Amino acid sequence: MTDRLRQRGCNGFAIDVGALMRDLPASPNANLVTRPTGRAVRAAIEGELSGAGHLSVSVIDLTGVGVLDFSCADEVVAKLLLRYLPAERPGDIFFLFRAVREVHGHAVDEVLARHGLAAVCDFGEGGCSLLGPATTEERAAWSTLERRERIGASASAPLLGARGEALLLRLSERRLIFRDSGGTACSLSALARHLPDETRLKHYGEDDAR
Amino acid sequence: MRVIEIPSSLDDRNIETLHARIGAVETDPVLFDARRLRWIDPNGMLALLGAGKVAGRGGARPRISLPVDTEVAGYLERMGFSRAAAEIFQPPPRRARRRRTRTSDVLLEITPITTNSDVHEVVDTVQSRAGAILSHTLRYPPAAVVQFSVILSEVCQNIVEHAEGPGWVAAQSYNWTRRLGRHVAVIAVSDLGQGFRASLADEHAKRFGDRWGDVTALEAAFLLGLTRFPDIGRGQGIQQIRKQVGRWNGLLSIRSGTARIADTPAWSRNPPLQEGLRHFPGAQINIILPENSGD
Repeated sequence: MTDRLRQRGCNGFAIDVGALMRDLPASPNANLVTRPTGRAVRAAIEGELSGAGHLSVSVIDLTGVGVLDFSCADEVVAKLLLRYLPAERPGDIFFLFRAVREVHGHAVDEVLARHGLAAVCDFGEGGCSLLGPATTEERAAWSTLERRERIGASASAPLLGARGEALLLRLSERRLIFRDSGGTACSLSALARHLPDETRLKHYGEDDAR
Repeated sequence: MRVIEIPSSLDDRNIETLHARIGAVETDPVLFDARRLRWIDPNGMLALLGAGKVAGRGGARPRISLPVDTEVAGYLERMGFSRAAAEIFQPPPRRARRRRTRTSDVLLEITPITTNSDVHEVVDTVQSRAGAILSHTLRYPPAAVVQFSVILSEVCQNIVEHAEGPGWVAAQSYNWTRRLGRHVAVIAVSDLGQGFRASLADEHAKRFGDRWGDVTALEAAFLLGLTRFPDIGRGQGIQQIRKQVGRWNGLLSIRSGTARIADTPAWSRNPPLQEGLRHFPGAQINIILPENSGD
């Protein structure tokens, strides 16, 4: 999978939102509250993503954020996903959110539900969670892929049942997994872990990326 | 000069008496006589400030006589009432002498809300103070301070985003021994802006036709999550506050124009809807969070 990703020029990009906020006049402290602050943070994230390359996995790290209110969850999480969901998106970017369940999980979950969106979130609990609305079948398929990291085209039916391929296709359309042209599916968390060394996640603020 | 006597107790249960005493346009100077005041909560304080502001719209700045009871006067001082009142009443009320204490017992002093940076400040302040009150006094789980901060952020943003007028927020915890037999936290938010009906009118009045009014506007915002913005992501604030306050078995009410709508828990005697109240500009939000009784 990593070879295929390399061939396709896939890279990884992590954005530490807490660090990014420190440079924004609209965010006087680590609390991500009020809609204008959310808009400013999303604009800054999108600015960073413009240099992310055509195909990439973007880790949006919220762990440095204090309070996340619903207005900001809507601006930073939901609106970001909405921008990169349609075919005319600015880049082929998959998002994986990193957050603290007790602090951010509820707000993220609620805004996703409001928009009918879903997202992959790493709460640092040893595995990722699928947040937002999804059918029981979609959740089961996503969890299986998350556990196995990748499922080849020929393995979808044995592992996921007769509708396996359709479910993986649906998850990939929702940008919750990566699926290559050969039909091999890969979980976003595995993609972030197994990216080629030269394109490994670049942590905003850690390596003088700015 | 017209004298408006403030009852000896002023809180969420009787602020209507104050609203009822304010004329639409006060041409004569008004004196708010609060000398006999013995008990006041954040709702009462913000109602008094709002009433003063409305009374001053006729041109003459109102006056206020502060409570003679030194304990009440001291409490008003600690809650920042005198500071806020100085911009409304003439002459500015004399500030009670205040003993220096190392830590304040106030959850959130009366704070003017006009910009988003005011909201940031409120969230920042509350985070550092609310933890102990929520976990020890109200016996909420440790993460409650985050949800509490989010509630405050969303109610304050309501002023900045929708009211188009200045407002205030204040919060305090009390031991309601007689009223409920439990501790509570009271959050009051008040603005003198355009109110829910005017805020929603352009976007929604037409579809409600003849039914459009203060009650319909409150129901649209409170029950349906409608806002003046067509964006589907808007309107979550009030809906999420309702959910969270409900989880804590709390009371949430919004009064705007001539109506009040509320989510009322079993312990409250408030009706879920009141109409035909005396018109008062803007909106007043009252949140009461009771101590977790472990039921």
